[in-house]
Amino acid sequence: MMKKLLLLLMILAVYAAHQDLWNWGKADPLVFGFLPIGLAYHAAYSIACAVMMAVLVAFAWPKHLEEQEPPAK
Amino acid sequence: MIPVVVILVYLALIAFIGSVAFKKSRENTEDFFLANRSIGPLVFFLSIFATNMTAFAILGSSGQAYRQGIGIYGLMASSSCFVIPLTIFFIGTRLWALGKKFGHQTQVSFFRDRWECNHIGAVIFALSAAMLVPYMIISIMGGGTVLADISTSADTHQPLIPYAWGCAVVAVVVTLNVFLGGMRGTVWVNILQTILFLCFGAVAVAWISHALPHSFSYYVGNLASDPKTRFLVTRERMPPQTFWSYTLIPLSSIMFPHMAIMCFSARRVTAFKQTVIAYPIAILAIWLPCVFLGVLGFATLGKIHDPDGVLLRMLQTYAPAWLAGVLGAGIISAVMGSDAHQVLALSTMFTKDIFVHYGGREKFGESRSVHFARGFIVVVTVIAYLVALALKEKQGIFEIAVRYAFSGFAAMSPVMVAALFWRRSTQWGALAATLFVAASLIGTGLLQGTPAPPRAAAAKPTTNTVASAAALTNAAPKSAATNALAAKPAAAGPAAGKPKEDIIWQIGQGAEAVKILSRAPNGDVRFLNGYMTVFPMVVGSALCMIVFSLLTKPPSKTTIDKYFSVSSESAGQNVH
Repeated sequence: MMKKLLLLLMILAVYAAHQDLWNWGKADPLVFGFLPIGLAYHAAYSIACAVMMAVLVAFAWPKHLEEQEPPAK
Repeated sequence: MIPVVVILVYLALIAFIGSVAFKKSRENTEDFFLANRSIGPLVFFLSIFATNMTAFAILGSSGQAYRQGIGIYGLMASSSCFVIPLTIFFIGTRLWALGKKFGHQTQVSFFRDRWECNHIGAVIFALSAAMLVPYMIISIMGGGTVLADISTSADTHQPLIPYAWGCAVVAVVVTLNVFLGGMRGTVWVNILQTILFLCFGAVAVAWISHALPHSFSYYVGNLASDPKTRFLVTRERMPPQTFWSYTLIPLSSIMFPHMAIMCFSARRVTAFKQTVIAYPIAILAIWLPCVFLGVLGFATLGKIHDPDGVLLRMLQTYAPAWLAGVLGAGIISAVMGSDAHQVLALSTMFTKDIFVHYGGREKFGESRSVHFARGFIVVVTVIAYLVALALKEKQGIFEIAVRYAFSGFAAMSPVMVAALFWRRSTQWGALAATLFVAASLIGTGLLQGTPAPPRAAAAKPTTNTVASAAALTNAAPKSAATNALAAKPAAAGPAAGKPKEDIIWQIGQGAEAVKILSRAPNGDVRFLNGYMTVFPMVVGSALCMIVFSLLTKPPSKTTIDKYFSVSSESAGQNVH
């Protein structure tokens, strides 16, 4: 139960992080010297989404569905 | 000439792949529509990604970034990075299992069985098909336009491949690929397409960075320091309401019939594991370079006539001809990758949900069902081609239709969630939600199509500004995908200031006023002080599903046990 709650909180936190109002009117700093912060933030956010999905696969994978898989050759 | 040769070689390769897939095929619908549910993990990822990525991911994203700045990435790409993998994880895996266990090949066949309904399934089919067809038509139009643009001579300004021929080439190659290879041919081509897609952005950025006279920092710094262009490197002109409501749009992804059908085609559910993790990274690899180059295009090229062609212009200016050819092949592959899946999905739906469901297979046999599907593919592509030719000048109408289709499919997601996870849901709830979505789309279309008031009047808020000037085509945006924003700054020039909106229905006056319905300068209808219409549509659809389900009789215990009993958890859900 606690695991499910933590995973739900993680999903909600990642969703909330998408609404980065604090970067709205900012161009600086330029990450790597050329990426405006608003763009760099969302590029990093995309990577965070991949990490979130990796965590879900590791801890919330619907293993019971694998019963439907055909036998390995 | 070189880009045209590269593209033609690529198209020939696709047709060849279709013919090889044909030799591997068997004469049954499961093989033709789902490649015998045998798609492996890597191919599954590459295919599902290609299914969902249209030409907009390259051309439209850079064009919109040119117009509206870097915010486009957060608006469209990173919201998809969050929502799409989650929907594949929670919904796609369940669909896969139900397909394996009960033999479902389409969403509608699942709904019919899950809710013991017949004609309501036909209603859902009709709405899905109606929302999918414009998408298919615009793919052919896009292919024709791109081929004409790329083959246009700089000296004569005449295309080597005219629009009509370009549309025909795309239609014929897609038809050959799908007709011969079915799902197998389509996914094999997707491997090539997605790899081409993923490599393109990095190569283009690297090449252009070497060819530019100044560094990237120089151009971005200039944009940021000029008050007239600063909006391109910030989101200062992007309404937060729009930014938030756009996160609902990617819910449409799993409801697109071609995406759901892809989920049925995987050999193992474990194929979804790599897919959901790699999906956000793949979006990043394509969108980040395209959005950045779109903004850079404004800094380096200045104002251009067609912002959606900014990437092509940059390559023509700063890269060798062969790279422009690879880009052209990438764009065409994006057009055809999604188009092939749409054609196949329509064929699958029509064959399974209508032809087979209403007794066609019993009457004509399994093998004839495949013939019927192939015939349908030819007919639907020919019709789409003729429409693409006849209504070339009215492309904006199809672009609007596609845009609303995204909202429509997103608003159908509560139906799928209820079918999978809520045992008390009923066919009447599904019907109410479907009719609500259809009515919302028609209503929004009418509001958008209603002439806008003259500019002077538009500045003055009124409760009845619907009955005035400007035709639908004037309001129609150039690009096929977003138009989520209230501004088209580059088209009007950065100095034009904040464009005005039309108020359709407002409560109160002055600072206290609440704009219930308004229309952005690009014609898009907005709800409650600027939210996109997808917001009330998703909420309304969910409410319809809940209320009408609770008011009506649930499916039989046998059906509920079939989908929700402990022994059936493996097929569906784990809800107790």
